[in-house]
Amino acid sequence: MLGIVRSGFVMNVKMLTTSGFFLLTSTVQPVIFATIAFYMFKAGGRPGTLLYAALGAGMMGIWSSTLFGSGGALQWNRWQGTLELLVAAPPPFIVVLLPLTLATSVTGAYSLVATLGWGWLLFDVPLHLVHPLAFAIAVPAAVVSLGLMGLLMASSFILYRHANALSNLLEYPVWVATGLIFPLALLPGWVTPISWLLAPRWGIDAIRHAALGSGAVWFPVAMCAATGAAYLVLAAAFLRIFEREARARATLALT
Amino acid sequence: MSTFLRVFFIGGLISYRALFNWIRPYIYIPTMLGSPLFQIVFFTYLGRYSHAAGGDAFFIVGNAVQVCAMSSVYGMTMAVANERWFGTLGPLLATPANRLAIFLGRGMPVFANGLLVSAFGFGVGAVLLHFRPPLHSIPALVLVVCLTTVSCTTFGMVLGTIGLRSKDFFFVANLAYFLMLLFCGVNIPLDVLPGWMEAIGRSLPLTHGIEAARKIAAGGQLADVSGLLWTELGIAVAYAAAGYLFFRLLEISARRSAVIDAL
Repeated sequence: MLGIVRSGFVMNVKMLTTSGFFLLTSTVQPVIFATIAFYMFKAGGRPGTLLYAALGAGMMGIWSSTLFGSGGALQWNRWQGTLELLVAAPPPFIVVLLPLTLATSVTGAYSLVATLGWGWLLFDVPLHLVHPLAFAIAVPAAVVSLGLMGLLMASSFILYRHANALSNLLEYPVWVATGLIFPLALLPGWVTPISWLLAPRWGIDAIRHAALGSGAVWFPVAMCAATGAAYLVLAAAFLRIFEREARARATLALT
Repeated sequence: MSTFLRVFFIGGLISYRALFNWIRPYIYIPTMLGSPLFQIVFFTYLGRYSHAAGGDAFFIVGNAVQVCAMSSVYGMTMAVANERWFGTLGPLLATPANRLAIFLGRGMPVFANGLLVSAFGFGVGAVLLHFRPPLHSIPALVLVVCLTTVSCTTFGMVLGTIGLRSKDFFFVANLAYFLMLLFCGVNIPLDVLPGWMEAIGRSLPLTHGIEAARKIAAGGQLADVSGLLWTELGIAVAYAAAGYLFFRLLEISARRSAVIDAL
């Protein structure tokens, strides 16, 4: 099983890094959003928030990459005619799908490097991390939990033939509802409980607290692990139900 | 003349129905309405947090006008570039139809859709973010949005012609859409941007239109923004001419090199 995950992960990372669309989503788009945020904070006379903005824009990129990559994973396999082959292969489908969604979030992690590097180079964003060791743990925790969230999305999109439409819709709402670039306190109170269910919220809390020293790191890291585990369990259940349903209805390969 | 108009209107409409990938409700609603809705909310809240401008209206107007590019950039790119990807470019170019009518006709449905998306954006501002422009300014605001959508559509024509030769035309369309957010004063006051970025922004569609829309929404008169509107119109004409010129040049070059339908 681990061999399948490892080789699937390596192959998918290689495929994603040659895709112009993913290059845009994971590096160019976050840099553009980071630049917009830098200038907005500059215009508002809040230059002290630039590292805050760079981290948030990087996390936005990880989410976008996971969303479009994982959300579109089944659709792309449908278009390429490989979905039936993947489902028919002897290993459980979740073991085939997991490396794909993990690859999208890991590729998305380029965006964090890109926004921090861009900010440091052009906007003098200080790259001083208050807790570097915690930061080194918080980033992979956030990335893996997003990859597992991608697995949940991919598994629930198996019956939905137009997953790309949902992916187009869900980019901004998660940026808003998880406080990636502005605090949740600005939003109506009912948004906060929703954010508890979303891994990006805990991911950005862990990364920011480690980088800026603005709060506890280990609780959000633990919440990344908890939400990730919950996504994995739900994805396994969804896949079991939806995959069987798609095979029974003969809708697996319909585009 | 009647043939020209038939190709322009009916041909434009048919090609839009055939080539615009997002026309069905299951994709139109989340992509063309849902995404702009959340874009407006996102930038308005970011604006509140950053204190980048005087109030919400700056971001609501900027983004409500800019979201017309969802149709103008993506829709126009599909309306031109998909001819090649769907394998219909060869038959189209084999017809004796007037090329100007073919090319400009594709912009009409895109323009109408852009207007709808932009109007929806203002509706979102009114319902969710309590945006209340003076009632007397609404006709002028409609005129400004119409003109800005036209200029944005002509910009989309240029991008669409790139798609006639380039494989990654969606990459180009995505990049253009996001760069407009950065360069066109949608969320950042232009005087905050470095001179070279402001100069690029001033040569793009949207920039002058958004500036005019903000002044109108703040209670200004059309006469106060006439200079901005003439500039936006000039930009629209320039991009339409450039798009048509590229279209003809690419047609001639594709015929000569026998790569009309090459993917």
